[in-house]
Amino acid sequence: MTGRLVIKRCNGGLSLQDGGRRGYQRYGLSGSGAMDRLAMATANALVGNAPDAPVLELGLGGGRFVVEAGRGWFACAGAPCTLRIDGAPIAGHRSMTLAEGAEWEVDPPREGTFVYLAVAGGFAARALLGSVSLHLRAGIGGIDGRTFQSGDGLAFTATEHAAPGDRIIDAVPLDRDAPIRVMLGPQADSFTQGGIDTLLGSTFTVSHRADRMGYQLDGPTIAHGAGGYNIVSDATVAGSIQVPGNGLPIVLMADRQTTGGYPKIATVISADLRRLAQRRPGDPVRFEAVALATAREAAFERQRAIADLPGRLRPLGGFDTERLLGANLAGHAVDALQEGP
Amino acid sequence: MAAPQPRLLWCGDTAITIEFGERIDPDANALVLALDRAVRESGIPGLVECVPTYRSLTVHLDPCLAEPSRIESALLALVGTVPAETAPRRLWRIPVVYGGAFGIDLADVAAHHGLSPDEVVSRHAASDYRVAMNGFLPGYAYLSGLDPRLALSRRESPRPVTPAGTISIGGVQALVASIAAPSGWHLLGRTPVRSFLPGRDPVFLFEPGDAIRFLPIEPDRWDELDRAAQAGERIVESETMP
Repeated sequence: MTGRLVIKRCNGGLSLQDGGRRGYQRYGLSGSGAMDRLAMATANALVGNAPDAPVLELGLGGGRFVVEAGRGWFACAGAPCTLRIDGAPIAGHRSMTLAEGAEWEVDPPREGTFVYLAVAGGFAARALLGSVSLHLRAGIGGIDGRTFQSGDGLAFTATEHAAPGDRIIDAVPLDRDAPIRVMLGPQADSFTQGGIDTLLGSTFTVSHRADRMGYQLDGPTIAHGAGGYNIVSDATVAGSIQVPGNGLPIVLMADRQTTGGYPKIATVISADLRRLAQRRPGDPVRFEAVALATAREAAFERQRAIADLPGRLRPLGGFDTERLLGANLAGHAVDALQEGP
Repeated sequence: MAAPQPRLLWCGDTAITIEFGERIDPDANALVLALDRAVRESGIPGLVECVPTYRSLTVHLDPCLAEPSRIESALLALVGTVPAETAPRRLWRIPVVYGGAFGIDLADVAAHHGLSPDEVVSRHAASDYRVAMNGFLPGYAYLSGLDPRLALSRRESPRPVTPAGTISIGGVQALVASIAAPSGWHLLGRTPVRSFLPGRDPVFLFEPGDAIRFLPIEPDRWDELDRAAQAGERIVESETMP
């Protein structure tokens, strides 16, 4: 049976995302996919999904949703925020069964940026080029390649039986102050030593020009070398730190342009992209240079962290807690103890 | 042809760029396109995708599968063995309505070079172009082969929006644009051909390395071709090159 979740309130920060697209950068299409892959994988693990199953990605605005049809096993993870089911606050980083009619409100996060909502089986949408991820600039993914509007609905696989028991997991760690690790290059030689020292020795802040395409940083200007700030366009990666003529760095993110004509002084290592993604306008950013070996170790560590997620799930509370939550959830949450198979 | 020794540049832990030069150079681009083919056929462990550009090939990698020293030596070995690919395999003839509302900079470009608009059109349409790279936005094809007598540095102030299908030039480059976007290049015309159209098979038309020729058409043909293209009809087909 197909369930349906309807969006009652949202802003442009809400989108459908998964692991993104591979293989189309040679045609000018960047990969998209969740800005915080670990948080997406965590939300998915809570409901037994594969790490990259389609999820709703909420930006700074939060959102409100109603289960219009069917009963689903949902979960939420990512930036810390208040969740309310029919007005009653509940903790994040847990799974919950929501019955038809349940209203689910996600407040703007207290810190960080991205919150992920998962449903067992994943949200259903038509995949294009192997992914349902919205790429707004390309006009593909999500619903007809556009941002969500209030009233839009998303299909999910409704659960016939109550979930095997709700689960909880430790929150995905966010850090606002620790340095973001980078590898210098590929065009560090387009900058003066002073410019590189500025990148590595300064505290920048995330500007208001920060979105899924890139995060422009405010701070001291980075000096280009004698060759200036134009290069013959070459390829970018998620994490490329390009420095245009005004000397202020822009970190390219999931929906970036695939090629660019500004020199790239350094590249955020893959494991730290999610840490940068979760910083919001006004948050500080410092960079620390590391070697390729360190970057790969961090990538392995993150791969292990995602693989270990199912083993870190714990049953939600004891019986009393369960009953209290059941009371809070005002009849819409289905108590697994009462309705087990 | 002996390949010049390229530079290997890591782009974080998820990509490595093999750079054959710092300028727009057809020989470098031919090497890039040949290496692109060889790398994709190589089965290098951890290979995700390849992005050729005018002067470099960027190889995207899974950092947990690609062992850096093995990647570097495999790429250098391939550079040493690939012949510079010189002949395109496919040709596209792209209809273009030049000038007027379709190409608002045609008259200015002509005036700058002391040519008539018709002379600019015939020179632009006389060249054999090649897709040196796709990039920036989906379906944007950057071409080599522009008649050097048409070269013109980009406008001082970019336009915030230029239409889908814009045919433009900037410096020594020529461009087929897909979707509307800002641009500082000189707009000569528009094509109804969609180089990128979600929902059509194929979604993207141009492979890096394809040959392109422009075919001037009259404005009265625009509406019909544009409607057909938007409906997903393939209004042009590629021809296999001998």
